[in-house]
Amino acid sequence: MNELNLTLKIWRQAGPDAPGSFDTIAAPGINDEMSFLEMLDVVNERLINEGKEAVVFDHDCREGICGTCSLMINGQAHGPQKGTATCQLHMRKFHDGQEIVIEPWRATAFPIVKDLMVDRSAFDRIVESGGYITAETGGASDANLTPIPKPVADAAMDAAACIGCGACVAACPNSAANLFTAAKVGHLNLLPQGQAERFSRVEAMVDTMEEFFGSCTNHGECQEACPKEISIDFIALMNKDYLKSKFKNRKTLSRG
Amino acid sequence: MATTTVARGKAAAGSTKAKRKAPFPVEFYRSALGKKYVMAITGIMLMGFVFAHMVGNLKMYLGAEDFNHYGEFLRELIVPILPRTVALWLLRLGLIGAFGLHIHSAYSLTRMNHAARTVKYQSKRDYIAANFASRTMRWTGVIFGLFLIWHLFDLSWTGTGATYVRGEAYQNVDHSLSRFPVAGLYIVANLALGIHLFHGAWSLFQSMGWNNPRFNAMRRNFAAGFAAIIVIGNVSFPIAVLAGIVGN
Repeated sequence: MNELNLTLKIWRQAGPDAPGSFDTIAAPGINDEMSFLEMLDVVNERLINEGKEAVVFDHDCREGICGTCSLMINGQAHGPQKGTATCQLHMRKFHDGQEIVIEPWRATAFPIVKDLMVDRSAFDRIVESGGYITAETGGASDANLTPIPKPVADAAMDAAACIGCGACVAACPNSAANLFTAAKVGHLNLLPQGQAERFSRVEAMVDTMEEFFGSCTNHGECQEACPKEISIDFIALMNKDYLKSKFKNRKTLSRG
Repeated sequence: MATTTVARGKAAAGSTKAKRKAPFPVEFYRSALGKKYVMAITGIMLMGFVFAHMVGNLKMYLGAEDFNHYGEFLRELIVPILPRTVALWLLRLGLIGAFGLHIHSAYSLTRMNHAARTVKYQSKRDYIAANFASRTMRWTGVIFGLFLIWHLFDLSWTGTGATYVRGEAYQNVDHSLSRFPVAGLYIVANLALGIHLFHGAWSLFQSMGWNNPRFNAMRRNFAAGFAAIIVIGNVSFPIAVLAGIVGN
């Protein structure tokens, strides 16, 4: 175990419309085996003991599967370690005496609630618009009743790994949510269970996405930031299905 | 049923019938993804033009007669079927349309992207994948677009100071590019074009949904190779003129 003496520059903002600014907080004696969020817990305890207000940040499961934690750490979403959410990032990735700049996600669709906490409900709007399948009711059908080729199941699982943390939007120079939407679309569109709504899904989810977010210019920054390392290949799949949806849905006679 | 009423743009407008659907291409172009398709398709058209333009200009290495003959041939494209210059004008109209759509989609997507992050990051960003080319597309595009207007004045419309004789293509190229600042401008503009193509020729595959593990690794090589061929070809012309290889 090593001890780190760090200087934190943390974004403090009292509320959604309040002006914010960086607050420099000294964080001496940090155990390098702590996770990044544990480090913030220690800093907050000290702040509380000093009678100051604790830093507000999002966190929940702390095991990299819930997608609640966020944070722009030194200009990178979820910090410097690839394929890792902030909660799984450890202080051994930093060195003694380092200055760490911590900022919230920045996007018009992700308004700041307080300090480092943002409202990511725009993602819920996207999922609501098409992130479901039609399934028969009644008793649960047998597992493996629907044959799915292994590579297809694997690809769908890679997309389904998305935890909806918003790092893709945060990292994107355009604040585009194409990787998130592509992962949600691709996950269901690849599987036989998702075929019934395949084209209405991609149309609805993309249209909802465009109400809130920017557009993709293929920087590839999102897949580098993604804690689940979801590939931008899914964005290409989504684009393909979106074009198809425009042709196919047009032929749906019942649409009037 | 849903009791929450979140007001958000068109979806909450509560009118399913009221809005009349525009024709399919217009409807498609209204979406950002559709604009990216248009950007990619017009990009491919412009890439085809820029490649043919470069290959055509290589004729200047064969001498004045071949070069001017090639220029005349373009006016007489498919002549027995269409009157003189008609085919050329059809190509030009296609090109102008492609430029217009390419620029308009870029403009409106840029507006959309700026609106998507009104408050910028207050600390320095550390980009991992975004490269110089991808982040300067707007600038290289604008620089090359401005150059293009100048280029049309220089060698198609009026000439820019040097002796200009309409129809004497070889001579005009020689006179214009013999001037050092002009040669420099052509080189700078083509480097900007090369940077633009380095990202654009890769990016179009993603926008068009052309993604397959079989050829994914070749997409970047294609873009780099295409950009290199265009830049080397086009930059060679001002250098050749200055070096006296082309010209009288």
